[in-house]
Amino acid sequence: MPPVFGVLFDGIAYGMLLFLMSVGLSVTLGMMNFVNLAHCSFAMLGGYVTVTLMNALGWPFFATLPVAFIAGAVASIVLERLFFRRFYNSNELNQCLLTIGIVFVSIAAAAYIYGTDQQPMQLPPYLQGSIHFRGLDLAVYRLFLIAAAALITIVLVVTLEWTRFGAQVRAAVNNQRMARGLGIDVDTLFGFTFALGGGLAGLGGALAIAMLGLDPSFALTYLIYVLIVVSVGGLGSIAGSFAAAMLLGVADMAGEYYIPALSSVLIYLVMLVMIMWRPSGLFGRR
Amino acid sequence: MTSDSIAAAARETAPAGARDFLRGQIRWRWSEIVFWLATLLPFVLAPDYLVLASQVAISALFALSLDLILGFSGIVSLGHAAYFGVGAYTAGLISVWGWGEPLTGLVVAGIAAGLVGYVTSFVIARFRHLALIMITLGFGLLLQEAANSAGWLTGGFNGLQGIHTWPLLGKFEFDLYGYTAYAYALAGLFLIFLVARRIIHSPFGLALRGIRENGARMPAIGAPTHSHIRTIYTIAAIIAGIAGAMLTQSTETVSLEALGFQRSADVLVMLILGGTGKLYGGIIGAVVYMVARDQFAGLNPQYWYFWIGLLLIAVVMFLPNGILGGLELLAESAKAQWAKSKWAKTP
Amino acid sequence: MGQVEMGQNAVSETITAGAGNADGSALSARGINKSFGSLVVAADVAINLPAGVRYALIGPNGAGKTTLINLLTGMLRPDAGRIFLGSDDITALPPEARVQRGLVRTYQINSLFPQLSALEAVTLAVCERRRIARTWWRPLTAYTEDIDEAHGILATLNLAAVCYRPTRELAYGQQRLLEIALALATRPKVLLLDEPAAGVPREESRDLFAAIAGLSRDITVLFIEHDMELVFRFASRILVLVGGRVLVEGTPAEIAADERVRAVYLGKEHGAPRHG
Ligand SMILES: Nc1ncnc2c1ncn2[C@@H]1O[C@H](COP(=O)(O)OP(=O)(O)OP(=O)(O)O)[C@@H](O)[C@H]1O
Ligand SMILES: [Mg+2]
Repeated sequence: MPPVFGVLFDGIAYGMLLFLMSVGLSVTLGMMNFVNLAHCSFAMLGGYVTVTLMNALGWPFFATLPVAFIAGAVASIVLERLFFRRFYNSNELNQCLLTIGIVFVSIAAAAYIYGTDQQPMQLPPYLQGSIHFRGLDLAVYRLFLIAAAALITIVLVVTLEWTRFGAQVRAAVNNQRMARGLGIDVDTLFGFTFALGGGLAGLGGALAIAMLGLDPSFALTYLIYVLIVVSVGGLGSIAGSFAAAMLLGVADMAGEYYIPALSSVLIYLVMLVMIMWRPSGLFGRR
Repeated sequence: MTSDSIAAAARETAPAGARDFLRGQIRWRWSEIVFWLATLLPFVLAPDYLVLASQVAISALFALSLDLILGFSGIVSLGHAAYFGVGAYTAGLISVWGWGEPLTGLVVAGIAAGLVGYVTSFVIARFRHLALIMITLGFGLLLQEAANSAGWLTGGFNGLQGIHTWPLLGKFEFDLYGYTAYAYALAGLFLIFLVARRIIHSPFGLALRGIRENGARMPAIGAPTHSHIRTIYTIAAIIAGIAGAMLTQSTETVSLEALGFQRSADVLVMLILGGTGKLYGGIIGAVVYMVARDQFAGLNPQYWYFWIGLLLIAVVMFLPNGILGGLELLAESAKAQWAKSKWAKTP
Repeated sequence: MGQVEMGQNAVSETITAGAGNADGSALSARGINKSFGSLVVAADVAINLPAGVRYALIGPNGAGKTTLINLLTGMLRPDAGRIFLGSDDITALPPEARVQRGLVRTYQINSLFPQLSALEAVTLAVCERRRIARTWWRPLTAYTEDIDEAHGILATLNLAAVCYRPTRELAYGQQRLLEIALALATRPKVLLLDEPAAGVPREESRDLFAAIAGLSRDITVLFIEHDMELVFRFASRILVLVGGRVLVEGTPAEIAADERVRAVYLGKEHGAPRHG
């Protein structure tokens, strides 16, 4: 198979993961202007939940995914009620410091419980191997990733576009004051949104293990990628996050394949140029 | 008010009060003098800890540089280690290339970091808030990756090999016990502190505080905000570069962690811990942070960051102005208590 | 120190700057257009402030008055149109350069420096005007004249007693005055006041306007105000802005007699509770 397609395929699968892990942060940032650097800790939590359930309790892979979602959702709503909500009106530096503190704690906690090694994970047999299609060699798990993430994205978009909850979220992202004026309970709404975002991150983390691996540094390593997606895509823009995640996924894979020595330099360079060129992101409003 | 009365009021002056008020803010306090005298104590009281003391002084200098942009000008940076690293590698490289004289090395490293700072400041000045955080973070990571890739120059992952620092002033060897290193770092810290103190009490320093308090209002009083930011950012980069160079020269090693995210985060923690915008905050924070880390040296770094994480959360939740801010509050309430009790005794 | 001398300096400069301009206008703009998305906030607006005028800009809430000040001072970029200070085209200049040339504004919603004392804030404005705010190697206290000047300005606005306190501790009315003090410290030739008395009790707003009226005639003043009594008392010309368009412009007598103004503005707003 020509490498171009392989790179594209892997890049899209990777981009889907990045999208799942970052969309929640994008929405909460757009809504409350809260810089949550601990977002990837929720993804890491989801990953460890899945690994633990599978390896220690022998659960099937699919059964662990809802639990990973719930774990991410619960953790984020607890942190939101305990810490974050006190900092909505604070400056972004305090928000950064608070959430970096949480990242450090989460990394240390993970290292304490699980050690610093990569976590082993055995995918179910039907997700292993690859299928051949018109001369292309497609890994089954990556196909599954793309399908699953696409499905989740569709559900998410439908929820946000067609339901009352979605309309309220969009109103709050657009103009928080006006939304409050219209009688929307923004605080509760934000709790729910936060839970949804954290849940999606947890799910993304669980799905990511087989492709990206899992160790305590996950919360920091992929935080950078998530931040790139969010700031390039534009705060609060789901379409923007999606486009940026795909772009980053494909670019990172291509970079690693064609110019491995310089790939991360290039990623950061592209990100800097993008932010300078369009500080409000590809699809940003401001 | 008529126009006559306005004119009359304008002529009537009470400026002596105004000048005294501003002068009072600049005056050297006793506590400051005591503090600087106390920095000499390690030479006599803790000669075994001079190496640590020299690293504290270097970290304090680095934190002071961050305080100039973050504490006094409100410019958030998650990538300040970039300039520390440029200084550190510059000092290392000129030594490897055969010139190990420390003072000139310091100057060259400061210039190199200042140049990088000046170029980046054009971007920095244009952004605020989240975009600024992302840009500083991204630039720091970019530089770290670039240094990693440019192994032929930087030694890559293994760090730069073969650094040798000549004796200070041709006389004082950088000994194993850190006598020279601490004297060197302390002198550098003190001199640059004097400069920083002068800066923040100058008209320029007032303009910086204006930018921190309300950057959007500054153009409306005719202030060239971007140019102010470029100036202070360049100055801060020079100081960070000097701190980096001092570390390289006194340890005779430099590796990628000199410009990593971890170092940017560490210096931020020190400054926040001590208190931002107070000149001494970074120094106090560096002392506490470095001494604590030395005490817990046996601890796995992973766990060290557990405590740092908790500390960060606690400081932003309960001690928003850092240790110094907390001490000020304590002193004020003690004073109020004292005044109250005195008043109660004399009816 | 203060107003009187300040004014005299401004006189000569205004005259030289305005010399090339036949009608002696201090500030003028024409063909100004601006939209936010589909919302048109300025539609072909033209405005002309003769030197020394007391000019009122009125119009219902949301008419685009503040936006017009933002456009004139360069805080917003117009989609089309040109702006002249005296005879100089300043359309392309950044806000701070316009301030340095004497086009200065205040804010409808206080925009101050919370932790700086009033004295420091005004001293800062003086330093910026004198171009010494770049000096980092001399202490601020060496500039005694500038500190005195700042103190003098604060004294003229009755703020001398509170000028050592951090701005955030000042009463609201004092903060409104500090807004004006900051503007005066830049030695404006054209001063644009955005609802200087917004939120100030009626009696105090009289005093405030009296202080504005007492400013040197060498300063051209435009003010936005919703209280018609104050507008007709202090303005020598009035421009009515409705929905981003100039409805009418003229002397107070002309405006008072204008049927359209009565219909869209005075009829509804006159005597209505003041906007804050
Ligand atoms: N930055 C902006 N983006 C989008 N819309 C804006 C912006 N600034 C102002 N507007 C809108 O433009 C219109 C005019 O606003 P503006 O503040 O100029 O009104 P105004 O005449 O000063 O009203 P008021 O008397 O209430 O102060 C309003 O509908 C406002 O919502
Ligand atoms: Mg307005």
